[in-house]
Amino acid sequence: MYAVEMRGITKRFGSFTANDHIDFCVEKGEIHCLLGENGAGKTTLMNILFGLYHADEGELIINGKSVTKHSARNAFLCGLGMVHQHFMLVDALSIWENVIIGNEPGRFSIDRKESIRQVQAIADSYNFNLNVEEKVSELSVGMKQRVEILKTLYRGAETIILDEPTAVLTPQEVDQLLDIFRDMKKQGKTIIFITHKLNETKAVSDHVTVLRAGKSVHTVNTADVTVNELAGMMVGHEVSFELERVANEPGEVVLSLQNVRLLPNAQNTVSLDVRAGEIVGIAGVEGNGQKQLEEMLLGLLKCKEGKISLYGEEISSWPTRKRVEKGISYIPSDRYQRAILPGFSILDNYLLGNQFDEHYVPHGMIDYRVLEERAKDLMKSYDVRAVDEKQSIGSLSGGNQQKMVLSREASKDAGFVLACQPIRGLDIGAIQYIREILLKLRRQGKAILLISAELTDIFQLSDRIAVLYKGELMDMRKNEEFTTQSIGLLMAGQKGEA
Amino acid sequence: MNNLQHLFSMHMVLSTLRLAIPLTLASIGSVICERSGIINLGIEGMMLSGAFGAVFGTHISGSPWIGMLVAILVGGLFGLIHALLCIRYRTNQAVSGVGINIFASGITIVLCQVVWNKEGLSGEVTAIPNVTVPGLSQIPVIGRLFEKQSPYLFITLVIVAVSWYVMYRTKVGLRLRTIGDNSKAAATAGVNVTRYRYVSVIICGMLCGLAGSFLSIVQSNLFVKDMVAGRGYIALAATIFGGWNPLGSFLASLLFAFSQALRINIELDIPEQFLQMLPYLLTMVVLIIAGRKVKGPQESGDIKD
Repeated sequence: MYAVEMRGITKRFGSFTANDHIDFCVEKGEIHCLLGENGAGKTTLMNILFGLYHADEGELIINGKSVTKHSARNAFLCGLGMVHQHFMLVDALSIWENVIIGNEPGRFSIDRKESIRQVQAIADSYNFNLNVEEKVSELSVGMKQRVEILKTLYRGAETIILDEPTAVLTPQEVDQLLDIFRDMKKQGKTIIFITHKLNETKAVSDHVTVLRAGKSVHTVNTADVTVNELAGMMVGHEVSFELERVANEPGEVVLSLQNVRLLPNAQNTVSLDVRAGEIVGIAGVEGNGQKQLEEMLLGLLKCKEGKISLYGEEISSWPTRKRVEKGISYIPSDRYQRAILPGFSILDNYLLGNQFDEHYVPHGMIDYRVLEERAKDLMKSYDVRAVDEKQSIGSLSGGNQQKMVLSREASKDAGFVLACQPIRGLDIGAIQYIREILLKLRRQGKAILLISAELTDIFQLSDRIAVLYKGELMDMRKNEEFTTQSIGLLMAGQKGEA
Repeated sequence: MNNLQHLFSMHMVLSTLRLAIPLTLASIGSVICERSGIINLGIEGMMLSGAFGAVFGTHISGSPWIGMLVAILVGGLFGLIHALLCIRYRTNQAVSGVGINIFASGITIVLCQVVWNKEGLSGEVTAIPNVTVPGLSQIPVIGRLFEKQSPYLFITLVIVAVSWYVMYRTKVGLRLRTIGDNSKAAATAGVNVTRYRYVSVIICGMLCGLAGSFLSIVQSNLFVKDMVAGRGYIALAATIFGGWNPLGSFLASLLFAFSQALRINIELDIPEQFLQMLPYLLTMVVLIIAGRKVKGPQESGDIKD
């Protein structure tokens, strides 16, 4: 018996086919992973299942009944519940209020006591460990996610779809979530788990359906495949996860932070050095001061306490332009906000950040010939794929946009590279490429500070790793001295035996 | 000295309450509107159209109560226009609101010309009379609240209480608050966000119309061009200062009304112009102080999907 059967689903957006005759079947009471890279069509497929989009072609069968007129309302009536990638919660309200919206006990006024009782009972029966009278703004990310799951359970969902639920969690929180999945499965729920993470897929699911470029590639028994085989299916060719990080002796200290207070309420300040030819990785769950660190280094946020030095010269009070000219290459964490102007051409985007460079802008006039030559050069050597340099950068894939940003920043004559979330939202191919470039920069003797929420990033690239929690450095050691487990504990703020 | 005694007299209290009526009504309308995700900068214009509608309705029918109903309808109509522009056509909300203000200011002058053949002025009509509540008015001190009092005060107090209760104790209120903060969360929970928005903006318009009618057929008995004189913007300030809460709106309106009452009732050795500035100056100071701390509906002014 299938809980969900999708046959030959096709969905087009203009000339782009997001889903191309996809078959996707989920048995009742199983945990089924939907695996695929960014842009493979996972989210589109689930939005069709959930009634947010309508398929152009194909058949949808839920609990054995063919569904013709589908809508979000109908999906809910069919017992489907969805936990979105971005939380749909209201911070200003308490947990129970968030849970009951749309389905409140009581006739006109809300029966507060009854609401709290009902919501708390469900939370307890799945060991969610939540006090439902707490405000959502007080909760950790992992807890917020549980509130989202609670919402679907409260509505009596039998099949629960979770879109990339582990992307924002620490390793321990991921383990807890997987345990909750197992609990829910035991109580007869069906779970569809959308992810691009192979280890989690392997750890928890019964079946896996792999999507690639809008097509369903395979549906397999999880037990029958290895992680490497899954990766191969996902990307379409063999992938090696190995990167070679040649040992080298780091040189002089390029960047140094002394007693910098990242968050106003942090107990301790942060001190660290980054030396030439070295990558220092900053691990941590997002929102623990990474953004502040990024902005303080660039001078976008005032560093009120402590000292930041570049090549031994204090730059704490310098304006951004002076810092960049002294030697900072910057790969911002928010690509759309800070790294590129999506509506402008690739050419113009190469000028961004170089607008004071006499070479490109002699006497205040842009020399497009020089710029064009340079852009063509860089696009070729960094494999930025576009029709030509006049194409708007917003129309490129995320991977190509990031390659462009990297080529622009790497070509600067700067000794310090600040790379923030450099692989966010990219597919495996681009990720691999970006990592290789960062290692190349390291070989060239640049000092690199890598801020990333992806632990694989941190482990594969860094010489030394620092863990950030609530604006404080929990620990800082050589890469080899950490394990995923020990870092996970530190990311959650537990010092323990790590 | 005489003046300072004035400051805490029953007279001041009554004056403040009276002046707070139009501010409170419009501000509660704006709270409801913003909670649905739509900023209404057209409050001023909606009040003005209500003020005109009230006089016109009274002129035609002879009854100021019919005039009040006409004011509510006209306000609601302007609310509908704002809603259509912002929701159906996704116009910039600020542009739509300011457009309504300019339109209301112009059309009322034109209609004065058409109906009464006067420039920016209507003819005189019957005003809504004050009432004395028998029994309650005999109570010492607070009895004066019920003596020769405008029925609008009681209507306003009821609206404050009801809107607070609906906002914080009922399903409708919970859904409305959710829409303002995260409309997608409401939509995925099966709430018809668009319908809530239309109804909210229209209710806002109706409350503004009612507020405007107070100015034309309670406080006076005729329409004068641009007679709202910035009260719509003060009501907006009361929305923010009151923390997007109907009760807060009422308290904030009282504060602004108090400063207006000062200007009217107290004679000080300060140039008249400074006293006239007071309510507006206070509005700015309060917004600078409160504006940073108070957190309003997260999606107000920026509806997505």
